[in-house]
Amino acid sequence: MNDLLQVKDLRVAFKLPEGTLNAVKGVSFRIPRGKTVSLVGESGSGKSVVSQAIMGILPKVAEIAGGEILFSDPVKHGEVLDLARIHPDSKQMRQIRGGRISMVFQEPMTSLSPVHTVGNQICEALELHRAISAAQALELATDMLRMVGFPDPIRAMRTYPFELSGGLRQRAVIAMALVCHPALLIADEPTTALDVTIQAQILKLIKDLQSELDMSVLMITHDLGVVANMADEVVVMYHGEVMESGTLEDIFRRAEHPYLKALLHAVPRFDMKPDERLKPIREIEHHPDNPILKAKRQRRIICEDDPPLLEVNNISKSFTIRKGGFFSQKSTEKALAVDDISFFVNRGECLGLVGESGCGKTTLSKIIMRALKPDQGSIIFRDQENNPTDVLALEKKNLFDFRERVQFMFQDPYSSLNPRMTVQELIGEPLLIHGMKDPKERRRYVESLMDVVGLAPMHINRYPHSFSGGQRQRIGIARALALQPDLLICDEPVSALDVSIQAQVLNLLKDLKAALGLTYIFISHNLAVIDYIADRIIVMCRGRLVESAPKELLFKNPVHPYTRALVSAVPDPDLDHPLDLKDLLEGKASVPENWPAPFTVNDQHEMTMVALGGGHYVRVHKGTDSTAIPQPDMRENA
Amino acid sequence: MLGYIVNRILAMVPTLLIISAIIFTLIQLPPGDYLETQIAEMQAQGENVDQEKIDYLRTEYGLDKPMYVQYFDWVLGLLQGDLGYSFEHELPVTEVIGDRITLTIILALAATLFTYVLSFPIGIYTAVKQYSVGDYVFSFVGFIGLATPNFLLALVLLYFANVWFGTSIGGLMDDEFIGKPWSMDKALSVLEHLWVPVVVIGTSGTAGMIRRLRANMLDELSKQYVITAKAKGQTPLKILLKYPLRLAINPFIADIGSILPDLLSGSVLVAVVMGLETTGPMLVDSLLSQDMYLAGSFLIIEASLVVIGVFISDLILASIDPRIRLGGGAEK
Repeated sequence: MNDLLQVKDLRVAFKLPEGTLNAVKGVSFRIPRGKTVSLVGESGSGKSVVSQAIMGILPKVAEIAGGEILFSDPVKHGEVLDLARIHPDSKQMRQIRGGRISMVFQEPMTSLSPVHTVGNQICEALELHRAISAAQALELATDMLRMVGFPDPIRAMRTYPFELSGGLRQRAVIAMALVCHPALLIADEPTTALDVTIQAQILKLIKDLQSELDMSVLMITHDLGVVANMADEVVVMYHGEVMESGTLEDIFRRAEHPYLKALLHAVPRFDMKPDERLKPIREIEHHPDNPILKAKRQRRIICEDDPPLLEVNNISKSFTIRKGGFFSQKSTEKALAVDDISFFVNRGECLGLVGESGCGKTTLSKIIMRALKPDQGSIIFRDQENNPTDVLALEKKNLFDFRERVQFMFQDPYSSLNPRMTVQELIGEPLLIHGMKDPKERRRYVESLMDVVGLAPMHINRYPHSFSGGQRQRIGIARALALQPDLLICDEPVSALDVSIQAQVLNLLKDLKAALGLTYIFISHNLAVIDYIADRIIVMCRGRLVESAPKELLFKNPVHPYTRALVSAVPDPDLDHPLDLKDLLEGKASVPENWPAPFTVNDQHEMTMVALGGGHYVRVHKGTDSTAIPQPDMRENA
Repeated sequence: MLGYIVNRILAMVPTLLIISAIIFTLIQLPPGDYLETQIAEMQAQGENVDQEKIDYLRTEYGLDKPMYVQYFDWVLGLLQGDLGYSFEHELPVTEVIGDRITLTIILALAATLFTYVLSFPIGIYTAVKQYSVGDYVFSFVGFIGLATPNFLLALVLLYFANVWFGTSIGGLMDDEFIGKPWSMDKALSVLEHLWVPVVVIGTSGTAGMIRRLRANMLDELSKQYVITAKAKGQTPLKILLKYPLRLAINPFIADIGSILPDLLSGSVLVAVVMGLETTGPMLVDSLLSQDMYLAGSFLIIEASLVVIGVFISDLILASIDPRIRLGGGAEK
């Protein structure tokens, strides 16, 4: 047998109180030696269950109902084990688990124990599977940490997971999985929780280690961009069944199954035509005469020479961090979360705000909402008649009225809806607060709002838990729209959603913007999404604005090294644009001190935004001439 | 770490001073003092009260001085280890308390030990085998333990101890040993009597702790890092002991702060019902008769135990949980 693993007609059933649920219904595929197989599917497709079945770590209620998982360990020539027949808690299975097959999980924040050191947790795997002394184990673990790119592995051995950043934590998890040199690595959404530049580094790391250790990889993901860059073979799953499988070329160039085709059309790509729409698997439909969509509220006709709807000028905000606290009570430190940021949003436009976690995007949006008070700066908001208001000076009644004009849409569709309130209460709450007291009127209005976002009004009395993630996010949209705001701030509204649902929600937001004359500030770390929805994009890094441009200019000709790193790190679901894994600057792209001149941020230079023409601005040293700024053309180099 | 410990110890001083002031004020709040209570009682019994003797006593005990002077005298005494004088027992407080405190501590430690020894294995078992027959049985018994009033359980157990083992009812030892110096026989007698109050006092605590440990363990067992450990090939028992238990244990260490004062004043009702010579009933008596120095001493000792207990539990928590020790960078 040339394949490392063969899954044949695997069936997994969940025994639930309400009956048996067949999560995996006869799945077959193979993993050849030394190759990467991608298991692709949306949430609920059963892809993670397959991996748990291989590892023997299915939840208590699940059991393998049939089929075979044939594992042929290259170390034991010719011996073929059926993992489905071995008891998951048996000694034999425990030796394979972690020793010959190991796993990297999605959430680097929770998959390590917070009270044990990284070294302790890595050595544990070694002690279980190798007959070596503690000193040898320590040495091997340190080597492994160095291999996965820890700058100071000896120190890293003694750190606790919560002292590390997300990217380093995931590296530690990978080190833990690989320290026993397994024949197969199962990576379950290993980069979903990480920023794009970190994601690219981790993907490169897995690829490098794979060739170095000669192992096979089973990569479970919903991100077709990752698949295109990593996989040799692809298996597409939907509702517990394999829809299509084949080599990477087969899948991306000659997709046959309608589900796979639909999935490929639902992903935003960089080379989309200006008016091309994503095709979600199911479009949202509205009632033909929905009063909200029909009524065309008295809005300004947007003219070219209108002043901006929102102007943000020189906003700064710092937080005081009490460091250590436990040992040194007095050492406090000021962290600049937002540093001298100025931008504007035109009426009727969608401004994309891009940046990695911790760059200050959310702080900035909270300041605009008046949920946080900035240390300095001013914010001007213009109403329908273009009368300017100083947002930061608003008090009581005026502030209350201002809240109707700006609404917020949250990232997490699960925690942003109170589970004890029905849809009617959730969407109707802003109406009640802002004075629509008549219950009948409110109910009618909520029903129309539900129709606007494509939810059936008959579900008005349901609670959030009976809706899927995408539906919940639409409840969030309806709630944000209830007060007919002018400006909607969307904070990563689709990052928790599957691609087909993401396409649905993005299209909905696009349509609503046109129908209701809305203005968006759309925050995201996903550049393809931003490219699809935004008109103009600003890029933030470490609390600073580094580049701002209309989207065509920004993606065609990114000037700032940070923007360039971001753009080059996005895995494109297109075989002709592979990730350039060598050009990643090894994570230095987000360290302002390491940017080349004239972008370097240090004490010697004052920074300023310089115009490059066509509305394109970049942050450089003060006094730099715009012709002196290096402008490498990305696509030509690639 | 050393600086932290010193800081914490220094911070205890003002805490205890404030507590002592509050205690003293509270004791003084009811109208009158010990002597007036005594006079009222004697008059009610038709006895004559010698005004001169009263005045003499009042000066002697300093009850005629202003309150703040009395307070400072008391605090100064406390600092020198002088707890004051008990009017009712006509003995220095140290002597009154000393007798009982040994027994109280023995009883309380035994009850705590009983609680921990019983609740830990059961709590872990019920969490790991959630919804099994064993889980239901222990949960049922536990709820009964929580719901039964202590004194009722005390009476029932006393009866059966007497009928089955011939143990004498009430007290912590047979009558012949009361007031005698410690001997082997006395110790055996104490042991014979001890188990009933230990079971009575420990039951509701055990039941409560089983429920809490079960809930904590269930939370931890479903965490991702448990699955990671499983994926490493670790044995189920070792996973259980190394990961979830380690994290589920924090609340119990934090409890130490409240266990220590319970040693002194806890389970008064049970002590009264069972006639135990512990400190609990004495504290209640002293408060009723406005025996101010005795009551004050009990309360200040208890307050010190809370402060020390919290300090100890903080130290233990910091040493076993790096998230607390290295705190600052912790993020959600």
